[in-house]
Amino acid sequence: MDKTINNKAWFLVLPVFLLVAFSAILPLMTVVNYSMQDTFGNNQFFWNGVGWFKELLDPSTDLGGRFLASLWRNLIFSGVILSLEVPLGILVALSMPRGGWTVALCLVVLALPLLIPWNVVGTIWQIFGREDIGLLGYALNRAGISYNYVSNNLDAWFTVILMDVWHWTSLVALLCYAGLKSIPDAYYQAAQIDGASRWAVFTAIQLPKMHRVLLIAVLLRFMDSFMIYTEPFVVTGGGPGNSTTFISIELVKIALGQFDLGKAAALSLVYNLIILIVCWVFYTIMTNAGAERRPVEGGAQ
Amino acid sequence: MNTIPGRRIIISLFLVFLLLPIYWLVNMSFKTNNEIVSTMTLWPHQPTLANYMRIFTDESWYSGYINSLKYVIINTVISILVALPAAYAFSRYRFLGDKHLFFWLLSNRMAPAAVYALPFFNLYSAIGLFDTPWAVALAHCIFNIPLAVWILEGFVSSVPREIDETAFLDGYSFPRFFVKILVPLIASGIGVAAFFCFMFSWVELLLARTLTSVDAKPISAVMTRTVSAAGMDWGLLAAAGVLTIIPGALVIWFVRNYIARGFALGRV
Repeated sequence: MDKTINNKAWFLVLPVFLLVAFSAILPLMTVVNYSMQDTFGNNQFFWNGVGWFKELLDPSTDLGGRFLASLWRNLIFSGVILSLEVPLGILVALSMPRGGWTVALCLVVLALPLLIPWNVVGTIWQIFGREDIGLLGYALNRAGISYNYVSNNLDAWFTVILMDVWHWTSLVALLCYAGLKSIPDAYYQAAQIDGASRWAVFTAIQLPKMHRVLLIAVLLRFMDSFMIYTEPFVVTGGGPGNSTTFISIELVKIALGQFDLGKAAALSLVYNLIILIVCWVFYTIMTNAGAERRPVEGGAQ
Repeated sequence: MNTIPGRRIIISLFLVFLLLPIYWLVNMSFKTNNEIVSTMTLWPHQPTLANYMRIFTDESWYSGYINSLKYVIINTVISILVALPAAYAFSRYRFLGDKHLFFWLLSNRMAPAAVYALPFFNLYSAIGLFDTPWAVALAHCIFNIPLAVWILEGFVSSVPREIDETAFLDGYSFPRFFVKILVPLIASGIGVAAFFCFMFSWVELLLARTLTSVDAKPISAVMTRTVSAAGMDWGLLAAAGVLTIIPGALVIWFVRNYIARGFALGRV
């Protein structure tokens, strides 16, 4: 589908541009401004140049060490939840009922965790994991497995990851389900005539058809897990110690807890830059994939 | 052929896994604090509505729900209204910087709320919107407008161009074509986009809490009050949590048939 060139289309986009610019560019300028200055309080600021950035990127300083540690923690967290949620999501999507009222039921239950406010998600798991009043913690301890997410690092990680799998696997599953639904029956019939195995159907038909939605799923899940704040904050508060302090939690600690505006601003900019780069990579892959596949999909629908 | 062996067991187990923590919350909301702390019971043995009664009768509690709904609705309306023409433009035309603009919008959807919390606080205090639903509604636009544009662009692209051309040949002006023809055609898409705006605005806490103090305090911030000198009021916390799930559950029910396509952002 060729688009016509029409620069007047800018008028249609203008309201969006102005509104988002108001909420994005103005605050970002404030951040840039802070990142170059230091203060001794009393709203007196003086020029600090790139001092904060140097400190941030030097792991031997306190700020640099904390940044690097929380960045690593966050990357590991994102890696773990992606490697759990993507296969599980595909599995659930493949297991969806074929028709009837059970489909609606499954869809509603699947979507339920996504609509719960993030701090309530945290609260649910904070309660659920407690050894005295929570079902999970109580059952595990009863079964002889010592489990306490407040004092044990590993248990805290286990809880936070389980919570994220509970919270977000549905998103991957719903995306994949949408991809699967778009496969015409003729494809399966052809595969049956060819005597294709179950596995061949999956790798040759279903997986390629889910390719685009899976990209969206991975993009959304990576981004959202990379900026996760509320849920682990409610459950563990970043603890025990610093073991579940992800970047956003560290950032809020520095900005609103210690009120070190310069450090927080420098951290924000580097954080934003990482996200921008990753986002750009995904976006490029996605638009390229779209350009290749669009004619095929148009024909299938 | 298109399903896998043991699928009933897999899906049932997964649904149980999803529902169990929610059940536990509901279970606790009907218990007295005494029962919660002293014994481990799988269902409330002395069921009570006291926790819910406290929320419905105490203004500082239920006003939290009203405040949350206020900014969520304002945000959804603004996002959809401005995103519709933009989605049409992105779908139909090429214009100067269109791809860069689209990417820039998308990158804002991905920006961490933690980065914006403090600057937003300064900005909205400066223009006198701090502690109003408008501040939160406008702040949430930063991630909801890009999302709405993204979803609606997918739905507009599925409407054949010939329809636009025929309408213009028939003498429809652009605004009339937009309202009379395009909007009804993508009604389900608008529903899905509205659902997503509602969802992301409803679940967000960090910005909502930073931009309000007393008058516009959202329910998620009110919930932190259950920690008091006498210890946690678990039953009340659970009841408040259950009540925050209900609006979402209602909304899902209305869009259940479009939900899968919506999550694929109209792009399957």
